Amino acid sequence: MADVGIGWWGVPLAVAAGAVRAGTPFLFVSLGELLTEKSGRINLGLEGTLVMGAMSGYGTAYLTGSPWLGVLVAGITGSLFGALHAGLCSLPRVNDIAVGIALMLFGTGLAFYLGKPLIQPQAPTLPALHLGWWSSIAAVRDALKINGLFIVGALLAPAIVWLLRSTRWGMIVRMVGDSADAARAMGYSVDWVRLLATMTGGFLAGIGGSFLSLYYPGSWSEGLSSGQGITAVALVIFARWSPMNCFYASLLFGGAGALGPALQSVGIHSGYYLFNAAPYFLTLFIMVLTSSSEHRLSGAPSELSITR
Amino acid sequence: MSQSIGALSDHLPLPSEGALAVETYGIGKRFGDLIALANASVKIAAGSVHALLGENGAGKSTLVKCIMGYYRPDDGSVMVDGHEVAITTPRHAHALGLGMVYQHFTLVPHMTVLENMVMARADVPPVINWREERKRFDEFLATMPFTVPLDAPVSTLAAGEKQKAEILKQLYLKSRFLILDEPTSVLTPNEADEILGMIRDMAHAGRITVLIITHKFREVMAFADEVSVLRRGKLVGGGAVAGLTPDAMARMMVGDQEIRGMDGRKASAAGAVCLEMRNLEVDDDEGYKAVDGVSLAVRAGEIVGIAGVSGNGQSELVQVLGGQREATAGEMRVHGEPYHARRSEMLRHKVSMLPEEPLRNACVGRMSVADNMAFRRFDQPPYASGPWLHHGAFRRAARELIARYRVKTSSPDAPIATLSGGNVQRAVLARELSGDVDVLVAANPVFGLDFAAVADIHAQIMAARNRGAAVLLVSEDLDELLELADRIVVIFNGKLVYEAPTHQADLTEIGRRMAGH
Repeated sequence: MADVGIGWWGVPLAVAAGAVRAGTPFLFVSLGELLTEKSGRINLGLEGTLVMGAMSGYGTAYLTGSPWLGVLVAGITGSLFGALHAGLCSLPRVNDIAVGIALMLFGTGLAFYLGKPLIQPQAPTLPALHLGWWSSIAAVRDALKINGLFIVGALLAPAIVWLLRSTRWGMIVRMVGDSADAARAMGYSVDWVRLLATMTGGFLAGIGGSFLSLYYPGSWSEGLSSGQGITAVALVIFARWSPMNCFYASLLFGGAGALGPALQSVGIHSGYYLFNAAPYFLTLFIMVLTSSSEHRLSGAPSELSITR
Repeated sequence: MSQSIGALSDHLPLPSEGALAVETYGIGKRFGDLIALANASVKIAAGSVHALLGENGAGKSTLVKCIMGYYRPDDGSVMVDGHEVAITTPRHAHALGLGMVYQHFTLVPHMTVLENMVMARADVPPVINWREERKRFDEFLATMPFTVPLDAPVSTLAAGEKQKAEILKQLYLKSRFLILDEPTSVLTPNEADEILGMIRDMAHAGRITVLIITHKFREVMAFADEVSVLRRGKLVGGGAVAGLTPDAMARMMVGDQEIRGMDGRKASAAGAVCLEMRNLEVDDDEGYKAVDGVSLAVRAGEIVGIAGVSGNGQSELVQVLGGQREATAGEMRVHGEPYHARRSEMLRHKVSMLPEEPLRNACVGRMSVADNMAFRRFDQPPYASGPWLHHGAFRRAARELIARYRVKTSSPDAPIATLSGGNVQRAVLARELSGDVDVLVAANPVFGLDFAAVADIHAQIMAARNRGAAVLLVSEDLDELLELADRIVVIFNGKLVYEAPTHQADLTEIGRRMAGH
């Protein structure tokens, strides 16, 4: 193995590379979920949206030969799923959590069904930026292969901060999520705002899915997602509804997921599956640590069904 | 002053300013069979402060909602500055210069005051230049008699500051006719006087016209120019305040309905200490200290009243006494024994609870009145034998309580959530007071109830005291405490800051302590 050349240094390097690579889908899905939750709804269906995005993006890239077109179609598929969620939730006596779970199952099931013919063929994948050209060490060059979507996501996080603070649209989303009555009194349509916010959230989650099938691992299979969609929902709570925290948390979760393979590459094989489970342990651990039976979550939009 | 207002109007689109006259002419509104309002004609002169008096359900909010465009009246019309207008939506009302401050605040809690003010404008730009907005709002504030912290999230403001922010918001939106719905229910007497005084001065200066919905005669007498009284959807009287007495107004409000008189306060020597708190500390939902070292003893046969503006730790204190929350430090004792508000302890020590918002805190809305009335004793004989419950016994007991406490319900089997607020309160009171009571904790027991219900519930609480119960009465209504309590303490920021027997209590001092001075 090439990594042997730098020995143990390969581990932090691989974790950092993994943070960027595996963190990208977390980043997109969590930013999408953040926007949705800021408007006062939880969309648990993003797992299904992610898988649908992965499938439709892969299929489009395969048929047209353009991976970027695949990303776009994945986003559009995602926003359609978002529209479905928002539309169902705007009906009377419909619970957003239940709809989310239904859409999660529906999305994954539909993607597996429609994606059957896509398992064999190889679609073109997204190009990477080679930022490690200066190094002669293969491991460094490998780790510095950054994908374009990550850079888009990294810029998106501060952009969403600005959007929520300094634009009319962002302020309306926050208002709807924090006090639907106040928003209604000012003449904004709560359902309409939530529809758009959920569709935007779905768009980002769809793009997160296309990253899985078009960059890493870069193929379509039914085991493609290992729960990134649902983990990202938890991640938003952990990030306390702050876009920049979502960014850092995505890197953390991505890095944790790379720990197992990285240790394996330096010859530690025992506990491989245990290390692979690191992101899930981390989720559980962080949730236990940051939750309290006595205190309310700070920073949560007041209209969220979990905080009311 | 008027010069700076002139400068301000360059920024805001509405050209005209100054107080508006508003008149309703023969307004009627029906909801199904219920006649909420019939032929109500009220004339509010420009630059005056007009009070709208009436009990709950008298039609005050219906009238106001017709003016504000929430309801379309079935009959009659609304005139603004002498022109008849059909106001179709609240937005339309705002555009005409009509604004309303609601009893429940409509500011967005996690946004700052400045963000709220900017978002309230009709013409929010797509990209907000915060420096520009701040400058504009500062200029506006300079023309106002009071101010609020701009960068604090609204959820962190005290009730008085929220109220000021709501009023400022309406004025910032250039409302020239301002409706205030029970504006002082969450304020200390001093804050109320301050805010109402400023509002009155602005009205008399011809900048705004004010319509205040209230049931406090003191405020009507002190601040209003004219008054209109509604009863059961009809205008039953009114006129210049100068020509009326509180008694006359009360008679108009209540009509000739009979009010159950209160048992007199029986003079008795204070008994043994029944309920005792020692250095009690409690956290609120966010983990901040809400009750901070409260020590208080309540003796048998006395009512101790806790006064204070809402949000100073009263809710958390009552929740701890009722077992809805754990104390973080200190101890509670009942009859000298340690008390943790477990069900068994409450049963043994005969502790009764009348928490605020009883439908939320003391009832299961979808369960029947009979079931709700049985909560304290449902697993004891005669209601149960072993694991078996006797629903017949529930129902029999409930029928008796419904009659005795005059609970208006279609049957003991009706879900309790279908009852009106006053009747839910009576049902809970019936449950809590029907057996022997050694300790009674009541929190805002008459909030939002009409005259008859208030008198009834006050009489029950006084009767419990006279039978020898130790009563802890938490209320935001100072008049209620002055009427009922033997001893008054004031809570501020989770600490008890004042204590006096009621007959020696100094109202000015209480008001100052409630405000934290």
